Amino acid sequence: MEFVTPEGLRRDGRRPKELRQLKCEVGVFPHADGSATFNIGNTQVIATVFGPRVADSRGESSTDRAIVKCAYSESHFAAGSRRQRKGRGDRRTAELASTVRKALEETILVELFPKAQIDLGIQVLQADGSVLAACINAAMLAVADAGIPMRDMIAATTVGYLESTPLLDINHTERTGNGPELLLALHVNQDKAIIITEEGAVNPETLEGMAELAEQGCKAVGKFLRQSLLEHIQRHATVRGLTVK
Amino acid sequence: MVCVGDRIDTDMQEGFLRGHGTQVLDGQLVATECGLVERVNKLVSVRPLRQRYSAALGDIVIGRVTEVAGKRWRLDIGARQEVSLQLSSVDLPGGAQRRRTAEDEIKMRTIFKEGDLLSAEVQSLHADGSIALHTRSAKYGKLTGGDLLYVPAALVKRQKHHFTNLTTMGITMILGCNGMVWLAPTHEGSSAAASSTSAPEQTAAKAPASAAEREAVSKAANAVRLLASLSMNISPASLLNVCKVCAERGVQAKDMLTASFIGAMLEEESQQRLQTSL
Repeated sequence: MEFVTPEGLRRDGRRPKELRQLKCEVGVFPHADGSATFNIGNTQVIATVFGPRVADSRGESSTDRAIVKCAYSESHFAAGSRRQRKGRGDRRTAELASTVRKALEETILVELFPKAQIDLGIQVLQADGSVLAACINAAMLAVADAGIPMRDMIAATTVGYLESTPLLDINHTERTGNGPELLLALHVNQDKAIIITEEGAVNPETLEGMAELAEQGCKAVGKFLRQSLLEHIQRHATVRGLTVK
Repeated sequence: MVCVGDRIDTDMQEGFLRGHGTQVLDGQLVATECGLVERVNKLVSVRPLRQRYSAALGDIVIGRVTEVAGKRWRLDIGARQEVSLQLSSVDLPGGAQRRRTAEDEIKMRTIFKEGDLLSAEVQSLHADGSIALHTRSAKYGKLTGGDLLYVPAALVKRQKHHFTNLTTMGITMILGCNGMVWLAPTHEGSSAAASSTSAPEQTAAKAPASAAEREAVSKAANAVRLLASLSMNISPASLLNVCKVCAERGVQAKDMLTASFIGAMLEEESQQRLQTSL
């Protein structure tokens, strides 16, 4: 299959350095402490946050910081073909959950909440590539909605490499090309990489190109996330009659 | 208005104090929460619009007993830290003032048991962040025969009186600072929600509320739900305002959460704000 036409267009009509359409909504569930949905193209993820609250088990909790727990699940109808997974016990699921957890643990100021626990719930409704990046973005929005202090804004994107072109934000069709895939989660304002994972063999020069593109992508996503959060605050502050300068 | 990671401008003043929701990075003040910047003299802090309840001394809260532990009850009030109510900080049945004996400890379940709903006051905040409550007043204690609502804690502002008698509606309202709101019909003789520790049997044996009382409670409850869904501040005044608009338009309690009434309420609110700003 040809993934990039000679004119430099991808199968869905995007340029190699183009993101899919971004959409998000903050504060979707009134009963969670924080919640958000995040869409990138056809990928759709819902994240909820409960906490900080007293840790369930004293053995797991730490006296100087909060622990972060993450429950990840993918709907059976999320991917193209309806397939039965073993559910939560799945190894892939466990790995995704632990990556999201690590990203947020690095971001949340956990040392402010000793003996506490923060629960993240991630539900993938539609999986069309870049799922993990979408999960991290959704989780960040939900945590921000819950008013939990964070070191910095976090934003994540995926970059693929097919037909000697780095492709930003690859979708499901491009993943079937079995090229290398790089995930980058960035603290946007501090330019600090939080998570870098790479699958598939690449040479160092290619990787560098991919990382650079991923960084640009993260910044674009970060800008969008910041804008959405500010709009959300603006709306709520107006309703409550708080002064906004 | 700031978002996580934004720089907060501190140029106008020499020196600043780092408040909640901020951190210092390379001598610059940076927000760690999304919300509104508040400046009090040199103290700069960010106030988020929604956050889990963090207790302050003297707050009136509503909570549910989750565990009876030795010499204390553990409560769920939706806070960040552990919450306990010591046996020594409740009124004993009969109003006796004396040392708590081991016998009292054994009979703790006769005062409050798991699942009971209480109103209480924050007595102290310990160094490790845990919260201690007390119910040493006739107005605090077990709550029965009413309606409990959960709203975001940020919508309940601290005010002079958290126990209010809405005489026009015949309702007693307890506004918990932790975002739990209790609504119950007012009963003659007892000013606050049927107090409780002295005579738990009495409250249980009380006659069921009449249809009119139940309707008044549901009306007030729907008014609170409406305010919460619009994320407007919840206070006796705002609640009465919703009920007033409701009465003006002849809307039944069951129709208060329909889109048409919510629209009407928003219209009314914007009218009022226009008038006050003029």
